[in-house]
Amino acid sequence: MWMYDKKLEYPIKIKNPDPRMAKLIITQYGGPDGELGASLRYLSQRFSMVTPEAKAILNDIGTEELAHLEMIGTMVRQLTRGISTKEIEESGFAAYYVDHDTAVYPVSASGTPFTAAYIQSKGDPITDLYENMAAEQKARSTYEYLLDLADDPDVIGPLRFLREREIVHFQRFGEALRIVQDFLAEKRYSFPCDKTEPCR
Amino acid sequence: MMTREQPCKEQPRKEQLLKEITALDFYIIDLHLFLDTHPGETEAIETYNRCVMKVKELREEYNRLYGMLLANMSTSCEPWQWIENPWPWQKKFNFELTEEKS
Ligand SMILES: [Fe+2]
Repeated sequence: MWMYDKKLEYPIKIKNPDPRMAKLIITQYGGPDGELGASLRYLSQRFSMVTPEAKAILNDIGTEELAHLEMIGTMVRQLTRGISTKEIEESGFAAYYVDHDTAVYPVSASGTPFTAAYIQSKGDPITDLYENMAAEQKARSTYEYLLDLADDPDVIGPLRFLREREIVHFQRFGEALRIVQDFLAEKRYSFPCDKTEPCR
Repeated sequence: MMTREQPCKEQPRKEQLLKEITALDFYIIDLHLFLDTHPGETEAIETYNRCVMKVKELREEYNRLYGMLLANMSTSCEPWQWIENPWPWQKKFNFELTEEKS
């Protein structure tokens, strides 16, 4: 289960609205390499993961991604507070506006709604951990592209924080992968698990 | 019935407290992930335990003076404080981080 902590993982206080940036940042809410996909991916994969370390890391990184999802939604919301019709028209935000006003909806920057097809949960722990390492790199790249296009320190701060977290997550998944590889080599298990011997 | 001595009077202290809790929580999250794949690192466990004890104190103080943070672990005055604005996604809730010039 989860309990809500009524605060953000990292503070977000954006003084100047910028619908152009909101339209881009929304991609980390519901886009192909976004935080919703990340949390769903890890929290789904954990059910079939092996070794105590790897189960824990999926559970706990999946949980942190939910906090990141909340940060992204917060940024989008604050970036669109009090914007005028003229600003909407000139910033490229108009297409989003007609579908959602300034509400937060899981969609990519190019307008594709979120789909579970972005993620995989394959039942093979090696496959899943490789997928996750790639996912963390894709998210890092996305944050770097967003940082290239951002100019407000109030926006750059949280984006930098999120980018750094992807690097830490990549590192932890790499360690989990080695732990799982050693475990499988040692036990000479193949997957699905041998039913006569309980999975670790 | 619980009453609050001076509810939300000193906003700067509230902000400072929230800042300290957020910073410690972040350290705890990062240590937590590190320990998941390094369960034998006793020094990290000691630091982790120390941070958890410290943040517990700060959270109790915040709860006593300013309201509820963690669901199921915070007490409420009357009326029910959980619904109080601002929520974390509101600008007003958050504090400013001064960027260090590099
Ligand atoms: Fe991540």
